[in-house]
Amino acid sequence: MNHIEVNTSKASTFDVEKIRKDFPILNKMVRNKPLIYLDNAATTQKPLSVINKISEYYSLYNSNVHRGVHSLSEAATKAYEDSRTKIKNFLNASSEREIIFTRGTTESINLVAYSYGRKFLSEGDEIIISAMEHHSNIVPWQLLAEEKKLKLKVIPINDKGELLLDEFDKLLSPKTKLVSIVYISNSLGTINPIEYIIKKAHENGTPVLIDAAQAVNHITVDVQKLDCDFLAFSGHKLFGPTGIGVLYGKEKLLEKMPPFQGGGDMIESVTFDKTTYNALPYKFEAGTPNIAGTIGLGAAIDYVQSIGFENIFSYELELLRYAEEKIREVKGIRIIGEAENKASVLSFVFDEVHPHDVGTFLDFEGIAIRTGHHCTQPIMKRYSVPATSRASFAFYNTKEEVDVLVSSLKKIIEVFK
Amino acid sequence: MDQELRELYQQVILDHNKSPRNFRKIEHANHFAEGYNPLCGDKIDIYATVEDGVIKDISFMGSGCAISKASASLMSSLIKGKSEAEAKEIFEKFHDLITGKLGENPSIEELGKLAVFEGVKEFPARVKCASLAWHTMISALRKENDVVSTEK
Repeated sequence: MNHIEVNTSKASTFDVEKIRKDFPILNKMVRNKPLIYLDNAATTQKPLSVINKISEYYSLYNSNVHRGVHSLSEAATKAYEDSRTKIKNFLNASSEREIIFTRGTTESINLVAYSYGRKFLSEGDEIIISAMEHHSNIVPWQLLAEEKKLKLKVIPINDKGELLLDEFDKLLSPKTKLVSIVYISNSLGTINPIEYIIKKAHENGTPVLIDAAQAVNHITVDVQKLDCDFLAFSGHKLFGPTGIGVLYGKEKLLEKMPPFQGGGDMIESVTFDKTTYNALPYKFEAGTPNIAGTIGLGAAIDYVQSIGFENIFSYELELLRYAEEKIREVKGIRIIGEAENKASVLSFVFDEVHPHDVGTFLDFEGIAIRTGHHCTQPIMKRYSVPATSRASFAFYNTKEEVDVLVSSLKKIIEVFK
Repeated sequence: MDQELRELYQQVILDHNKSPRNFRKIEHANHFAEGYNPLCGDKIDIYATVEDGVIKDISFMGSGCAISKASASLMSSLIKGKSEAEAKEIFEKFHDLITGKLGENPSIEELGKLAVFEGVKEFPARVKCASLAWHTMISALRKENDVVSTEK
């Protein structure tokens, strides 16, 4: 127990009780118990500053962007474009032209598959992904592979849930035309060594897409330092609203890519004979965008930056280590995903109790976790389990909440023994 | 344990989960179907031997939560020896029970042991767990050798 107390004092600069006050939903009661929200890898809760910012937009300056000359439209356009600048700075991209708003990570990946993939990949080419990809980083490539007769190659993982990098080295060949890889696994928590993957792929002349959906809320992501070619994330996993996401792309690649969807805002001029496309990033933003979502995402980024990723990551890691230690006390439990380098995701299975039953029991303790395959069916197959229970922590979670989780898990064993 | 939770996980359900009846493969079964719930990854195989419209033997294999396993176990115990028409009738009543559409108490009584699943109606997310084995059974009787999905 001693080192836990030491850890507590180490995190003294980080005031979790103060932070919890920023999230109205954390006061909620579920089935007469205080909510313990441990489903942050599915979606994160929203601070009041984000909720207020969205409400402010609808109450005070709701209008369309890039169109009107009237005051409201100018205010909306400014707020919308300010968010783009915030995201550019957040990712350390070179220019706003490299920040494209999408509906989320899934749409961002589909955009690259559709636009880049269809133009630059051809029969016999290969795409490398990994065994721990979310379905959203598998299916778009399968669709493309079917259409263009490409091959999908998969980097295997070891029992701890780490990529086998020597296998990746072997998969790279002159045929490899794209590598698309998850930064942090949503079901295992593994933080992948993407710096190595990007470096190796570039030596091979291959561009790399990073699925950063589970990364942007835990660690600093610097696209120039990483030198990735594309990077995708969703706002709602970063304490922002749903329905808004980002695709970062290197300008020289985006310039060469054809539009993804056609419509308003993405054009320069339209006649029935010929349409010329708008400049970046608007070429990829057809139709009225998710203005409120974009503005909300900007506020979410302001919020996480006010806390700082150094604080966030060290606090979450401490919480994860504490939870891992405590959960091992529960009889018959097995942790799935024990990579050396991990984010605060804790997947586990019981010998005797199915994850769905675990999920329902925990709900009666006010605890929200995810149960199921987490949209990573290949991972479930790799570990020979139909599903897992997953507790995923954010910086507003506490050790006391972990204690309630663990004591509830012990109670479940009693019922099912 | 909370009352509502106790009603969902009744002793009968916990018992059938721990020691499922007819949990085996029937060699030479003349009816078979595979059931799948893509939302949770639950899989169930139903085997049946049907002669002259009567279910002589029925069994299941697979993995799932306590609700789905107990449901498969109780279903197989209950419809063994019944006619296909009776099995379908029981399924319809069972489905009404777990979706809260079954009206009067006499109907519940007719369901016998299946009444333990009444608590499921309070848990919309778990209705599919309770009904997977039944949908798969109906499919097996039709001799549709396809995969049955709860999402179709």
